[in-house]
Amino acid sequence: MSKIGLIIGREYLTRVKKKTFIILTILTPILLAALIAVPLLLSYVKSSEVKSIAVSDASGIYFNRLKNSEQYHFIPAKESFDTYKQKAKDDQGIYACLVINGNLNTDSSAQVSLYSREQIEMELKSFVSSQLENLVRDDKINSYNIPGLKQIIEESNPGISLNTIKWDKNGDEKESSSELAMIIGLICTTVIYIFIFAYGAMVMNGVIEEKSNRIVEVIVSSVKPFDLMMGKIIGIALVGLTQVLLWIVLIGGIIGITSLAMKDSVSPEKMEQISMEMIDQQGIHPSNISAIQASGMPGATNSEMESTDRAGNIIKMISNINIGEIGFWFILYFLGGYLLYASLFAAVGSAIDNQEDSAQFTMPLTIVVLFALYAGMYSASNPNGPLAMWCSMIPFTSPIVMMVRLPFGVPLWQLLVSFGLLVITFMLTTKIASKIYRTGILMYGKKPSYKELWKWLTYKN
Amino acid sequence: MYPLEAKNLVKAYANHLALDNVSLKVPEQKIYGLLGPNGAGKTTLIRIINNITAPDSGSILWQGRPLQSSDIANIGYMPEERGLYKKMKVGEQALYLARLKGLSKNDAKIRLKYWFEKFDITSWSDKKLEELSKGMQQKIQFIITVLHEPKLLIFDEPFSGFDPVNAQLLKEEILFLRDKGATVLFSTHNMSSVEEICDEISLINKSKVVLEGNVGQIRQQYAKGVYRLVANESRLTEQTGKNYDILSQTIQDNKIHLRLQKKTGIKTGTLLKELSEQFDIRSFEEEIPSMNDIFIQTVQQ
Repeated sequence: MSKIGLIIGREYLTRVKKKTFIILTILTPILLAALIAVPLLLSYVKSSEVKSIAVSDASGIYFNRLKNSEQYHFIPAKESFDTYKQKAKDDQGIYACLVINGNLNTDSSAQVSLYSREQIEMELKSFVSSQLENLVRDDKINSYNIPGLKQIIEESNPGISLNTIKWDKNGDEKESSSELAMIIGLICTTVIYIFIFAYGAMVMNGVIEEKSNRIVEVIVSSVKPFDLMMGKIIGIALVGLTQVLLWIVLIGGIIGITSLAMKDSVSPEKMEQISMEMIDQQGIHPSNISAIQASGMPGATNSEMESTDRAGNIIKMISNINIGEIGFWFILYFLGGYLLYASLFAAVGSAIDNQEDSAQFTMPLTIVVLFALYAGMYSASNPNGPLAMWCSMIPFTSPIVMMVRLPFGVPLWQLLVSFGLLVITFMLTTKIASKIYRTGILMYGKKPSYKELWKWLTYKN
Repeated sequence: MYPLEAKNLVKAYANHLALDNVSLKVPEQKIYGLLGPNGAGKTTLIRIINNITAPDSGSILWQGRPLQSSDIANIGYMPEERGLYKKMKVGEQALYLARLKGLSKNDAKIRLKYWFEKFDITSWSDKKLEELSKGMQQKIQFIITVLHEPKLLIFDEPFSGFDPVNAQLLKEEILFLRDKGATVLFSTHNMSSVEEICDEISLINKSKVVLEGNVGQIRQQYAKGVYRLVANESRLTEQTGKNYDILSQTIQDNKIHLRLQKKTGIKTGTLLKELSEQFDIRSFEEEIPSMNDIFIQTVQQ
């Protein structure tokens, strides 16, 4: 037992003391924060720059009703269109030129065009078109000469905000957010997915290193191959946990500092709006989930935002999602999933002499893990459907898929069955892997076939 | 009682039999050579002794009782393919590997200091292994093998990769350790080193022990009654003897060099008597085959 401790110690310390580990661990949250903070700051900075749009309004009925925004100012076109065109070459003067060549309601040939020396910004395009649309609609409504028609139309278009409320076992009502549950689930799923791959590969490379260094023969003359394999797997698991914990601390610190710094410069409403926009745009995309985690949700828990109703609601919703329960199962599935795959990666590492040969054997693992990730993604929109249900039971996919379902609430019996199956399977794979491992680490030369791997399983040693 | 005994070991791999009923007895405080061509099964045998792999049948006895996994603390093993962690500091990994053998941290440090000073390499302790030359790495490997003062030392091809100076150093260390009480088992192709330091050998060929015993006795056993004679004589001789046939003769510096085959059933004394009557003998010796000749002869049979 003390020998396993020694091995775990070495595996852990040599990795944690590495410069690349330290740099990566510190830089990743900072880069993530920069990824969020830079667009946020830019969007704030942008509004201070005023762009002028010259309006040439042939109908004469629109210009006076166009409203300026912070960013865009409408000015009457004092010069001819050609002059502006000429000026554009000198890179001076107005940003864009809006040409309305007639009454858009009555004149069927009337057109609106926006000219600029640059590619027109999406924001400006939608700003102008929505204003003009409103004006044209108002004119149209007025042209019917029905008193109060505008008010009638507005009243008939009420707009509903749908509250989602979850009943718990006692019949109590809880305000829930399926979006929020989805996001939390996807964050957990992605973290487990990344962890299985990155650290599984680390186990594999560690085994290959020992094998190609030939030190493995010296070590297995002192300890059992199984101890060496488990020591490596556990040591690397600790490295992963250390990294995740450091990231949580660092991200928390960065959020704390930035939210303090931003308190004065960005209004809570704006921050809220930006983070919600980001969630709307990117919520389903895995690569951005951690980004949202870093900016959106914890940002919304900032005490500064309690003043607004919406932020208050989000806090209520977060507190209604059982963080403790999710955290508990997250760690269990995190470890279970890692142990299941790490032992298989160790077996792969033992069977080959160098990394280039790994593809043949890691491919099946990659396919299963990728399938699990996609099953998780699809399950997010239907967390209690058959795909989600089955994939959260099958041990090879359950660590990834169950995470998506957890925030929506999973019956305890399902969790127990699923986790029980996972434990049984990882004990089985560890046993199988250790058999391949102890034969594989002493075999050099030719890359084995699957048939030979099968034979190794039956060796007595 | 032998410190190490292998009894009827059989080990089969997928396509071939690596060991076929192999038995050997390694006597206490002797240097035991394990000889054999490539692929004969030496490494498999060594791995079984080291408890790295298990035999299909047969057993290893340690001090007369079956070998247990706790006994490996008494074995020091230097594999043919040397290997250590390239990116780890020399001192750190020596300490780590010694502790894996069951040494306490303090003991390991004290012994490490002794050996580093003995080899005059204390300054390397903080260097990464990859920064050292191959010869230096070999020394480190040797130190790691003997650090926990094992009763049984196993060297697989110890001299491969060593330059002559370091090979000599290693030879002396092995003899020194034997004199201090260790039993040494080593496998090699290098037959001159066998003659120099081995007390006993086993020759394994095609998974079987084909020859075993004391080195001197084996060589004597393979002697075929061939003698070398040098006598004062400036011309080739046309003599024929009752007790011998001349195999070859040359003249050098007014001396005749003869290789003689003694006839069967004749005593050496009788032969010498006949020769002394015929020649003015300067020297006379029996031609004992080298281990190299025995090796080749046995393996090619």
